[in-house]
Amino acid sequence: MTEAALRERPTQPVRGMRGLVRDWGAVAALAALLVFNALVTPNFLTWQTFNINLTQVATIVIVATGMTLVIATGGIDLSVGSLMAISGALAPLIFKGALFGPLDPVVGAALAIALPIAVTGALGLFNGVLVTRFAIQPIIATLVLFIAGRGIAQVMTNGNLQTFSNPSFQWIGLGRVFGLPVQAVLMLAIVAVAAWALRSTVFGRHVLATGGNERAARLAGVPVRGVKLAVYAIAGLLSGLAGLVVIAINSSADANLIGLGMELDAIAAVAVGGTLLTGGRATVVGTLVGALIIQLVRYTLLANGVPDAAALVVKAGIILLAVWLQRQGSAR
Amino acid sequence: MTAVDVRSTGPAGPPGIRPATLAGRAGSAVARQGVLVALVLVIAFGALRYENFLGAYNIASVLAYNSMFALIALGMAFVIMTGGIDLSVGAVAAMASVISALLSPHGVWPALAGGVAAGLAAGLLNGVVITYLGILPFIATLATMLAANGTALLLAGNQSVSVSWDGSFIELGQGVVYGVPIPALIAGAAYLLGSLVLNFTAFGRTTLAIGGNEEAARLMGLRVARVKVGVYVLSGGLAGMAGVILASQFGAGQPTEGAGWELFAIASVVVGGTLLTGGVGSVGATLSGVLLLGLLFNILNFENGRGVISLSAYWQSVIRGAFLLLVVVLQSRLTAGRGN
Repeated sequence: MTEAALRERPTQPVRGMRGLVRDWGAVAALAALLVFNALVTPNFLTWQTFNINLTQVATIVIVATGMTLVIATGGIDLSVGSLMAISGALAPLIFKGALFGPLDPVVGAALAIALPIAVTGALGLFNGVLVTRFAIQPIIATLVLFIAGRGIAQVMTNGNLQTFSNPSFQWIGLGRVFGLPVQAVLMLAIVAVAAWALRSTVFGRHVLATGGNERAARLAGVPVRGVKLAVYAIAGLLSGLAGLVVIAINSSADANLIGLGMELDAIAAVAVGGTLLTGGRATVVGTLVGALIIQLVRYTLLANGVPDAAALVVKAGIILLAVWLQRQGSAR
Repeated sequence: MTAVDVRSTGPAGPPGIRPATLAGRAGSAVARQGVLVALVLVIAFGALRYENFLGAYNIASVLAYNSMFALIALGMAFVIMTGGIDLSVGAVAAMASVISALLSPHGVWPALAGGVAAGLAAGLLNGVVITYLGILPFIATLATMLAANGTALLLAGNQSVSVSWDGSFIELGQGVVYGVPIPALIAGAAYLLGSLVLNFTAFGRTTLAIGGNEEAARLMGLRVARVKVGVYVLSGGLAGMAGVILASQFGAGQPTEGAGWELFAIASVVVGGTLLTGGVGSVGATLSGVLLLGLLFNILNFENGRGVISLSAYWQSVIRGAFLLLVVVLQSRLTAGRGN
């Protein structure tokens, strides 16, 4: 498998059926799912169904966008779920006044959004330092915060559930913009910016070059360390934001549960979307499509009476199938 | 180069050649000695500081509880030595615990066989998908994790399944032979066998050779495909065994237990000095790694018992994470100097 990965170069076009499968397979699968649901699932083509699915998928996509950038450099970030727990546990402590005392509601809400995201961004940077400065493999470097991060969140809240009602803060999870959920708008904006950055900026080129062939990138003058620091920090920032959205939706923060298993959902979305897991080829829009596929399959099964547990088994099959098809598309 | 190695951050050498394995090996050897020294120090610290630390009750409970993690870490060590990874072990253990709980009314042997067989089957699936479909171990075992989780929930009907208390099934997890808990005996036997297999059999040598350089191992005529499938089957079977013990020890099959076990197992293996890039590893040091991480929790309990500090159980994750950080940073320093 590695030989194939090494042979592959980001810019090399793959022609014929295989290339078609690789580049459009995920989109075709999404289209097929939409058509199937429109025909079979009752009430599928309603604004409400649309919004439910967008609401549920938004946090995964926000996290998976950061994950896409990390994976594009040839890394991985297991800590995203734990970072979500940290930001989600920290925010209520701020706006409920436990941390800085009573605050003006709007100031409190603003601080409860800015500070947790800054903290998780800094923790993402810490991941990046371990990966670059100490040359620790990403999977192990981020395992540290995967284990410790949730513990930190639990210690901050003593494992207690924090419930709250704070409209100005909860706007990021419950508000609407042009009829769309705020987090869906955030998601689309983040995907758009990341896709543009990856495709059309020097930073994006550097990210892909780092993942494609790190040594060659370094010799070509790419600031490999800086690029890696940046992608882990971005993944941290986005995880923090996702944690805030989750608690805003739930009107409660449970450090034991926020973002649990998110690292795997995000990686699955990235893999199904067609990003090469060994780095060097990445698509943020693909990640969005991948997350939508996983979400829609689950929704389809649930809406048609299949239990959630069985949906997990199906999800496993889809991930394998998608990755295998992409491998067929890119090998040889 | 192997799947996991592709993500390594060291300077990428020419394809197929791992940079400076000599330094890596030396660092790993120091780490393996280091973990043993650390284990001895922690035990000495505990023995001097707490009255009952070396008491029969404490030793038995630490061993009984950690034997599940020990079994999983042993399988994980073999997988990691080939340069792979197995994320499915926690979910597979949970699935096995449900299956053995369901079978426990039929007696201890069907329950044991059912749980282990479920683990072996999941491991075989991993091995075949990775070896013959060429899918990265990370993704293949992630998919198996989801599938095992879903299967466990389906079989258990989304709740824990009580085991039969009539038969001898609960003896398996709670029984004691000559003062030693039965799970600890099982784990001890597994480590003894694992050590023999790694050091004295073709399977063991091939395992390390694959992790060192898979292509070279293949060119040397080693049975690469068969051994790769074998390590995942081994890992799955041991996870199944851990699941049986889980059901027996807690009196119930637990479909949602086991989440995150895989990452604690990986942490134990890494603390034990096995390189995540494969090719180097030790069974004994893995056991030291498991015990070290387990004892940290034990010591936390004792500290709370003395009433000097009052740290909630939530601190154990923080402390384990900090400890893992310390170990990997030290390992990185020890193996440093291989050109940046």
